Amino acid sequence: MSELLGLLSYGDTGWGDELLAGFGITISLFLATLPIGLVLGFAIALAKRSENWPLRLFANAYTTVFRGVPELLTLFIIFYGGQIALQNLVGLFSDTIVVDLSAFVAGMIALGFVFSAYASETILAALNAIPTGQAEAARALGLSKARTLQKVTFPQLIRFALPGLSNLALILQKETALVSVLALDELLRNTQIAVGATKEPILFFSIACGFYIVMALFSSLLIGWAENWSNRGQQGAGA
Amino acid sequence: MDVDLWIKYGPKMLTGLVVTLQLVSVSLFIGALISLPIAMARLSKNKLARGASFAYVYFFRGSPLLAQVFLVYFGSGQLRYPLTDLGLWWFFRDAWYCVILVFSLNTAAYQAEILRGAIGSVAAGQMEAAKSLGLGKLVTFFRVIFPQALISALRPYGNEVILMIKGSAIASVVTIFDLMGASKLAFSRTFDFEVYFIAALMYLIVVEIIRISWEMMDRRLTRHLRPLSEQ
Amino acid sequence: MKLLKNLAAATLALAVSAGAASAGMKLKIGTEGAYPPFNFKDASGQLKGFDIDIAKALCAQMKADCSFVAQDWDGIIPALLAKKYDAIIASMSITDERKKKVDFTDKYYSTPAKFVVDKKSGIKDVSAAGLKGKTIGAQGSTIHSNFLEEKYKGSTIKLYKTQDEVNADLAAGRLDALLADSAVMLEWLKKKDGSCCAFTGPDFNDPKYFGVGAGIAVRKGEGKLRDELNKAIKAILANGTYKKINDKYFPFSVY
Repeated sequence: MSELLGLLSYGDTGWGDELLAGFGITISLFLATLPIGLVLGFAIALAKRSENWPLRLFANAYTTVFRGVPELLTLFIIFYGGQIALQNLVGLFSDTIVVDLSAFVAGMIALGFVFSAYASETILAALNAIPTGQAEAARALGLSKARTLQKVTFPQLIRFALPGLSNLALILQKETALVSVLALDELLRNTQIAVGATKEPILFFSIACGFYIVMALFSSLLIGWAENWSNRGQQGAGA
Repeated sequence: MDVDLWIKYGPKMLTGLVVTLQLVSVSLFIGALISLPIAMARLSKNKLARGASFAYVYFFRGSPLLAQVFLVYFGSGQLRYPLTDLGLWWFFRDAWYCVILVFSLNTAAYQAEILRGAIGSVAAGQMEAAKSLGLGKLVTFFRVIFPQALISALRPYGNEVILMIKGSAIASVVTIFDLMGASKLAFSRTFDFEVYFIAALMYLIVVEIIRISWEMMDRRLTRHLRPLSEQ
Repeated sequence: MKLLKNLAAATLALAVSAGAASAGMKLKIGTEGAYPPFNFKDASGQLKGFDIDIAKALCAQMKADCSFVAQDWDGIIPALLAKKYDAIIASMSITDERKKKVDFTDKYYSTPAKFVVDKKSGIKDVSAAGLKGKTIGAQGSTIHSNFLEEKYKGSTIKLYKTQDEVNADLAAGRLDALLADSAVMLEWLKKKDGSCCAFTGPDFNDPKYFGVGAGIAVRKGEGKLRDELNKAIKAILANGTYKKINDKYFPFSVY
C-alpha cells in the first residue's frame, strides 16, 4: 500500500506532480476552448438566421460536418492538416518563418469547432424562443438596437440557452482527454506515461477518472448556481 | 492518391466501417437493456437504489470514454490471474469484448437519463387517470407511460446513436480495426492525408443517413401531436 | 493572465532545452519518449535514453542549440513533414518505404528484430506457418508491424500505440507472441513483468523490411542538415563519446 502511495508522491520519484500538472493543462485547455466555442457558436447561430442564403448554407454545412465526424478524426485532421496548410500559407510570403501549431492550439481549435457546431443549435433554439413582439416592444419604447440586444435579448438568451450550453461544457471537459492522442501532456496522457513506467493501470486510470469526475461535480455546482442566477427574474425560481 | 493504395486499403476501410457499425449496434442494444433498471432505480423511492444508480450514471457520464476504455482494457490485463480464477479471463482477454462492455455500460448511463427525463415528461395526470380507470401499476407503466415516454425520448435517442458512432472511433486505441483503426493503418503506411478525409466522409454519410431516417421516424410517430393541417 | 501563462507553458512544455552551449544553429528534435531504453520519460518528466544522449552528443559536436519535442510514434513522420521539428532521433529504421517521404542520415545503431513469446505457450517455430492462427502484437507504424502485415497473413495481427502496451498485452496473455527490436525487449525481459516471456527464433534483419539500422530522419531537401549530422555521427564514433553512451545502456555494442 505504501508502495502505491509512493508512486503518487510529489517530486522526482512520484507521479503526483505529473498528474496535477496534466490536470492543470486539461483545465487550461477547457477554459481556453470554451470562449472560442461560444463565440463561434453564436456567430454560426446568427448565420443560420441570416437572410443571405450562402451564409445559411455554410452555417448548416458547418454544423453537419462537425457534428458528424468523430472528434478524434477532427483532431488529427486539424493537427496535421492544419499545420501543413498553415505552413504552405506562410510559405507564400516567407521561407524562414516556421509556424508551429501546437497540440494545445490544435486541440483548442478542433474542440472549439465541435463545441460551436452543437452550441449553435442550442443558441438558435434559444433565439427562436424569444418572442419577436419583445423586440418590437423595445423599439416602441425607443431603445436602440444595441440596447435591445443588451437589455432584452441577451439576458433571456442566456436563460434559455444555459441548460443546453452547460451540458455541452460538461461534455467538452471530458473531450479534452482526446487531445492526449496528439501527445499533449494533459491529464490522461500523463496518466498513460505513469502507467507505462509503473505498470499500475488500475491505480492510475482510476485516479484519472476521479479527477474528471471531481471536475464535473465542481462544474455542476457552478452551473446550478448560474442557472439560479439566470432565472432570478422568473417567478418561483427561488431568487 | 494512387490506385495501388485503394486496392490495398480501400477494402480494409470498408471492413472497418462494418466493424464500427457492429460495435455501435451491439453496444446500443445491450446498453438499452441495462438502462431500463437503472432508470427505474433513478426514479425509485428507495434511497439506496437512487444513490447507487446516481453514482453509476455520474461515473460514466462524468469521465471520458477514452479513460474508461483504458481502465477496463489495461486494468483487466493487470488482473489476469484473479480473473482467470473467476473464469472470466476469456472475456477480458478479447479487446472486442472489453470495448463492447465499456461502450454498453457508458451508453446505458446516457440512455437511462434519457428514459428518466422522458418518463418524467409524461404528465402526472395520466398516471392518476389510469389509476382512476382501475389499471394496475405495471399495466399503467407499460401501456400508458412507456409508449408516450418513448416518443419524447426519440430525439435524444437519435442523438445518442450518433454520439456512439462518433465515440466508437476510440476503439481503435485498443487494437480494434474499426473505420478509424483501418484509416490510421492506411495513413501510417502512406502518410497520405486523403485517407483521413475519406474516413471523415464515411462517418459523415453514416451519421447523416441515421439523422435523416430518425427525423422521418419522428415525424411519423408524432403525427397525432400536430394540427390536422400539417399532417 | 494565469491562463495565458499556462497556454505558453503548454506550448513549450515539451520543448526541453538540451543545454548545448554555443549559439550556433537552432535545432528541434522530435522523439517518441515511450521506447525504453532508447527514449523515455521518467517520473521527473525528463526525456532520457540512448537516443536522447546520442542527440545531445551530436548537438554538442555540431555546436547546435537543440530542443526536444515529444511526439507519438504514429504521428512522428507527419509532424516532421509539418515542420514541428527538424530531425527525428527516435530509433527510426532506415527503410525504402520511409525514404519515399523523408531523408535519412547514416545509421547510428543497428539491432535485429526478434520474436518474444509467452514461455507457457510452447511456441518454438516463429515462421509464418508456425504462428498461423496465433495472435501477434507489434507497435503500429513500425518495421515490425509492416513485416507482420506482409508476411504473417495467417495470423491475427494486433497493433498498439506504444511498445509498452504491446509488452503489457503479451504479459497479460492477450498475445501469443510479439515482434520487436531485440535491444528493447532485452531490457523488458529482465524486468519482473517480462519474466513471463522469452526470445524465440532467429534474428530478423532482412533489409527489405527491417532497413539498414536506425538513422536520423530529416525532411527531403535538407541535405545540409543531413551532412552535418552525418559528420557529427562519424565524429562521436571516432572520439569515444559514442562508446561511452553505448556502455551506459548496453553490455554489447549496438552499432
